[in-house]
Amino acid sequence: MKYTKKLLEHFQSPHNQGKIKNADGVGEVGNIKCGDIMKLYLKVGKNKKGDDIIKDIKFETLGCAAAIGATSMLTDLAKGKTFDEALNISKDDIVKALGGVPPIKHHCSVLAQDALKKAIASYKTRNS
Amino acid sequence: MNNELRIMQNIYYDNSATTKVDPKVLKAMLPYLENEFGNSGSVHSFGQRALAAVDEARDKVANFFGSEAQEIIFTSGATESNNLAIRGVVDNAIKGGQKVHIITSKIEHPAVLEVFKYLEKNNLVETDYVEVDENGVIKLDQLEKKIKENTVLVSIMYANNEVGSVQPIESVKKILKQVQNDRGEKGLPLYFHVDAVQAVNHLDCNVDMLGADLLSLSGHKIYGPKGIGALYVRKGVKLAPIVFGGHQEYNIRTGTLNVPGIVGLGVAIELVAKEKGPSKLKEKLVAELKNISDIKFNGDLENQLPNIINISFLNAEGESILMMLDMEGIAISTGSACSSGSLEPSHVLTAMGIKPQWSHGCIRISLGRFNSEAEVEPFITALKTTIEKLRKMAP
Ligand SMILES: Cc1ncc(COP(=O)(O)O)c(C=O)c1O
Ligand code: FES
Repeated sequence: MKYTKKLLEHFQSPHNQGKIKNADGVGEVGNIKCGDIMKLYLKVGKNKKGDDIIKDIKFETLGCAAAIGATSMLTDLAKGKTFDEALNISKDDIVKALGGVPPIKHHCSVLAQDALKKAIASYKTRNS
Repeated sequence: MNNELRIMQNIYYDNSATTKVDPKVLKAMLPYLENEFGNSGSVHSFGQRALAAVDEARDKVANFFGSEAQEIIFTSGATESNNLAIRGVVDNAIKGGQKVHIITSKIEHPAVLEVFKYLEKNNLVETDYVEVDENGVIKLDQLEKKIKENTVLVSIMYANNEVGSVQPIESVKKILKQVQNDRGEKGLPLYFHVDAVQAVNHLDCNVDMLGADLLSLSGHKIYGPKGIGALYVRKGVKLAPIVFGGHQEYNIRTGTLNVPGIVGLGVAIELVAKEKGPSKLKEKLVAELKNISDIKFNGDLENQLPNIINISFLNAEGESILMMLDMEGIAISTGSACSSGSLEPSHVLTAMGIKPQWSHGCIRISLGRFNSEAEVEPFITALKTTIEKLRKMAP
């Protein structure tokens, strides 16, 4: 197993790590297989056009270095984006931004993406 | 993070994975990598000097196990020793087309379990796996019940490499002796193989005391070089070879002998025999670890190798702990699911019935000859910081 320098940087000093109090959306996912748990918190705002955007995003992860690195990277990629843009972030985008992830660890990035989908969905249900 | 201000440790707590070659071992080996390069099978003086060195090493190994020199076969390591022991017995026993039965435990090293699986898959034998209790100790009553008329081999490790639990080898010996007595002298032999790899540094390995007919040893776990090991084969035990070639090692393990490795193994085992009792390092570490909240020690704490600590942290994942400590220059290992290729927790932890939330955060600390008391404090400090940091990240 070889992690990239980029991934290890995120693992060691994760970006956007923590909770958001009174979050507008929360998504929690778990990986039954290896026991990983991820939670994403969203604060939603508007852009100039009046679309919903991710104004702030924070994460909590119990898992391997790749899971922590992937959630940290995803929060970087998603911050400031509209929902559509954020939902378009793929597993491959996360992997690429991290400079590569060992194949056996790709599922950790998929999990991060799932957590984001759930968080956005939770916001939408609350506000519909 | 200011990288310049970070002090890198250099703490190696993974001695169950491999050990540093002892300087005395290296020194003894060097001539055989330089001018004493002869093939121990050659008749000329170059060869004979190499052979003398091999003989001396063979005596040292035999001495350690309380066996005859002719009962020691050099191999490339314990993986090969285990393969040779199991396949050697089986191949010989099924020569006449008989169906035979072999038994091992659920917590063996893959170098035993995978051989069993291979033989089973190819319909060459019937197999049985003895379960362990929550401390990782085999259930003797189960073993006794599983022995059948056609059982030819029982393979049980002396001490487990992940959790350090020492197995009741002498009790196994008694059970097998009884079966052999009942079968009578002319009956089907029932052999006992012991994977002693992790025990050699710490426990009495006299083969008669253990009742072992076959016993595996690895060089790189006892401060010797990698790629060398040995199999003790009790006189009279019939093994079929698994590699074919020349006539070395009584035709059982052919191939030009690894003379430098063998010399190194000889010196390594001599040093183990001279070593004083276990250090107090483990006690110190355990006392310090107990100050961390939400932890659980794994293994048979009453009867555990004096160099292994297996500990689980709730809400911190093992591979993350490993990676974070590695960035501080500290080496440990983990049996967590995330760290395994299969994304399953280690088969040993699973066999012990350890709940996923605990196996998820399990690490193994394995101490060795070159660890010092001075490492305890910086290790505990780094570990506490790591656990705190990871727990803060967890939901
Ligand atoms: C119990 C046990 N058996 C066998 C082996 C394999 O030994 P080797 O590396 O010499 O093939 C190991 C080492 O990983 C071990 O711990
Ligand atoms: S969280 Fe288990 S493999 Fe990544």
